[in-house]
Amino acid sequence: MTGLFTLTPAEWTAVELSLRIAVVATACALPFGVAIGWLLARTHFWGKTVLDGLVFLPLVLPPVVTGYLLLISFGRRGPVGEFLYDYFGIVLSFRWTGAALSCGVMGFPLLVRPIRLAFEAIDRRLEDAAATLGANAMLVFLTVTLPLALPGVIVGMVLCFARALGEFGATITFVSNIPGETQTISAAIYTLTQVPGGDAAAGRLVLIAIALAFAALVASEWLARRATIRFHGE
Amino acid sequence: MIVLSVDVEKQLGTFNLAVRFAAAGGATALFGPSGSGKTSVVNMIAGLLKPDRGAIVLDDTVLFDTAKSIDVPPHRRRIGYVFQEGRLFPHLSVRQNLDYGRRMSRRSPDAREFERIVGLLDIGRLLERRPRMLSGGERQRVAVGRALLMQPRLLLLDEPLASLDAGHKREILPYLVRLRDDAKIPIVYVSHTPGEVRRIATGVVRLEAGHVVATGGLELIKDADADLFA
Repeated sequence: MTGLFTLTPAEWTAVELSLRIAVVATACALPFGVAIGWLLARTHFWGKTVLDGLVFLPLVLPPVVTGYLLLISFGRRGPVGEFLYDYFGIVLSFRWTGAALSCGVMGFPLLVRPIRLAFEAIDRRLEDAAATLGANAMLVFLTVTLPLALPGVIVGMVLCFARALGEFGATITFVSNIPGETQTISAAIYTLTQVPGGDAAAGRLVLIAIALAFAALVASEWLARRATIRFHGE
Repeated sequence: MIVLSVDVEKQLGTFNLAVRFAAAGGATALFGPSGSGKTSVVNMIAGLLKPDRGAIVLDDTVLFDTAKSIDVPPHRRRIGYVFQEGRLFPHLSVRQNLDYGRRMSRRSPDAREFERIVGLLDIGRLLERRPRMLSGGERQRVAVGRALLMQPRLLLLDEPLASLDAGHKREILPYLVRLRDDAKIPIVYVSHTPGEVRRIATGVVRLEAGHVVATGGLELIKDADADLFA
């Protein structure tokens, strides 16, 4: 008999899997998020509106649709999935890595938006000053632009992480609901609510989900404030 | 001896800028009313604004020449630039701001040179502070130090006193005079204040409405200019 605060091994697995998927999704999405946030903030090119729309699509599409699109393109027989398997031996469908992909895609709009706003808010005259002091374009970006945008990058990462932690629709459509492989907290709660007597276990996971979400919010607040003090003075 | 020669043209909206002058060593003042194109000219010298036509030559180096398709990017021009608003990096300490140019050009630290500049500008007790914690006058002194420590071949000062009140202006002027006499770096000094120019400049280029109207010595500065340019 398990109490309210002791999890069964299966439930722990779901928690551990959720965290791993959310961390990997956020970490892999980050470089793309910074690059695309910078492109959208600083450059004008043909097709920018299309890129802008594509990035934000997962926010407005039903998650099931996003999951289905991932399934037909990244599945074993999908064009991208087939390519990844043939040339790199990578399989995403029905694996936790596939769950990380769908979580990363779903969290991407939330990652890009604050990063883009942070880049737009930077005083570009500081970048000119850096150039006169001998910094080439890359060094200007690394020593001035990126540090000044860091609070926005942190906010984006936390939002993306939180979204990835709670993702359900796209993930279950793309990689199904396999215990130990793709069954995250959300998927586990959904399963438990479908079986008789699952309420207590579902309740425990719900508490965990609330605690994780709260911890993520507190951490983001703390990190963003520290970065703001560090980089803009108190 | 000519150190810097500038011959540039640029159309900025309806404003036509066509400026031609040569500067010797010492401090050359670009003197003229607000909106006469002074800042645009120094931005072109620094490489931050691209002329439509013309040439800019510093010592024996062609920095810009449309005829030869030469346009050296700002980070390779080695021209120190002190901006009107300082533009210190808010995320770096004063010491890191001062060190920025040296780090970007990957020179090894030179403690004696650092101490000399810090002493010249009297900013030793500010080193660990952030720019936000500095007064306007302190900020401009640090900006001057940051530009000097990159070992520039030319120093551009764009109205470095404009954002300061009278007291702070009096505080900084002696440092700038010392800089002119000690540093042996040619200076282009942008200003619309006759008193300032008289204290610092050794040569004067008078600008009006985007064109040079006179070049010469301090005799070009009239007291009446103070009212004219206000």
